Amino acid sequence: MTHEKIRVIVAKPGLDGHDRGAKVIARALRDAGMEVIYTGLRQTPEQIVDTAIQEDADAIGISILSGAHHFYFSRIIELLKEHEALDIIVFGGGVIPDDDVPALLAMGAGAIFGPGTTTTTCVDWLKSKVHEKRTLEMA
Amino acid sequence: MQELVRKALSGDTRSIARIITLVENESPYTEEIMKTLYPHSGKAHIVGITGSPGSGKSTLTDKLIHEFKEKGNKVGVIAIDPSSPFSGGAILADRIRMQKHAVDRNVYIRSMGSRGSLGGLSKSTYEAALILDACGKDIIFIETVGVGQSEVDIMKIADTVCLVLVPGMGDDIQIMKAGIMEIADIFIVNKADREGVERVVAEVKMALDLVQKRSWIPPVHSTIAEKGNGITELAASISNHHEFLSISTEGLEKRRNRLVTEVEEILQREIARFTEEKWNQKKTPELIDSLYSRNTDPYTVAGRILEEVLLEN
Ligand SMILES: Nc1nc2c(ncn2[C@@H]2O[C@H](COP(=O)(O)OP(=O)(O)OP(=O)(O)O)[C@@H](O)[C@H]2O)c(=O)[nH]1
Ligand SMILES: [Mg+2]
Repeated sequence: MTHEKIRVIVAKPGLDGHDRGAKVIARALRDAGMEVIYTGLRQTPEQIVDTAIQEDADAIGISILSGAHHFYFSRIIELLKEHEALDIIVFGGGVIPDDDVPALLAMGAGAIFGPGTTTTTCVDWLKSKVHEKRTLEMA
Repeated sequence: MQELVRKALSGDTRSIARIITLVENESPYTEEIMKTLYPHSGKAHIVGITGSPGSGKSTLTDKLIHEFKEKGNKVGVIAIDPSSPFSGGAILADRIRMQKHAVDRNVYIRSMGSRGSLGGLSKSTYEAALILDACGKDIIFIETVGVGQSEVDIMKIADTVCLVLVPGMGDDIQIMKAGIMEIADIFIVNKADREGVERVVAEVKMALDLVQKRSWIPPVHSTIAEKGNGITELAASISNHHEFLSISTEGLEKRRNRLVTEVEEILQREIARFTEEKWNQKKTPELIDSLYSRNTDPYTVAGRILEEVLLEN
């Protein structure tokens, strides 16, 4: 069904007030035909998850520069579990050291995109991931 | 599907959100969903917030959410932002200003892309409002896209239309545009911390005097949405208008007319769907050739398509 738009939350948790990366990815996702719900700066995990549920989002993309990625990913995934909403894809970017990535993926993060990643890589990954998820839901 | 609708009716946020998506995507379940929900609708107060881009609609809505929530209302918000005509995608950013309500159980906020609609709403905005109404919201705010002729479309679906103006934006000329005075039930002059508020307020009042023929006299509020000034008074006017609609013949007329429009719109949509299907089957290069060479004409072609559609149904 061509009508089914992909809806993504782009959020910037944490206290640092820098959302250039988040805006760049938001625009790339929009240009790929997705609906991006942009929530702005300093979002708590609770706000991000409740927003994703109200907006019936397919995915949550978070941009983290503060180094607190472990906390934010684990909390967001924990809250999704509480809401029985683990089907919502979580992915992230920002400055996350390579060494920390495996732990985040093990937690349930769909993908972590490092600073060098092109937006195309991210867009293509998300498209196929959502497609996979929807095929699964149809079955 | 019935299970999902049942859960939505009981107030489950995830189910409500799902249903709105299905309807927004024009899923084949739409009709079943709307038919099941319809008997439960008709109780909520639907309030439209319209006005030029950047006039402060989202900031005002944020403050109004707070005001009505405090009074014990369950609040729904539908905020529409424009979809890109190129990619069909959108950045929906109205809710940035409302995020402090994101975790509140009594507030539901939904962002929608206009998805090609030009009137400041999206095609499914009204259905989304009906869904929120049926699922127990007491008041529903609809923030339109801040462009052009959105005012007219919001009038068709909202009980109360609030028009947001700002001093120094040439809005005073906008006001004089035929039609606008009749559309708004409440006028808001926002950014009252700026110069020229009194003038805009006075001009609106003057223009209102000229068109005044209604039993409801639209109040003109000046607000500083960012600081919350004037919001209590504005909320009181919104409630007054609701009260007015519930006791006046004007209000009754409005709701009855809306039902007429609704049937007409469904009819148009359904007929369009049938004729479109048929046309897509018939639209061969050969047919276009014979039109191009004037062997037949568009009226005859359209007439034949209509005939076939009618015969088949
Ligand atoms: N000075 C002043 N600025 C305000 C006031 N209310 C809102 N703003 C600012 O005006 C800008 C636009 O506010 P929004 O609430 O996003 O306006 P909007 O009408 O929703 O904008 P769109 O949805 O983009 O059309 C923001 O920077 C607000 O902070 C006010 O009363 N005074
Ligand atoms: Mg807005």
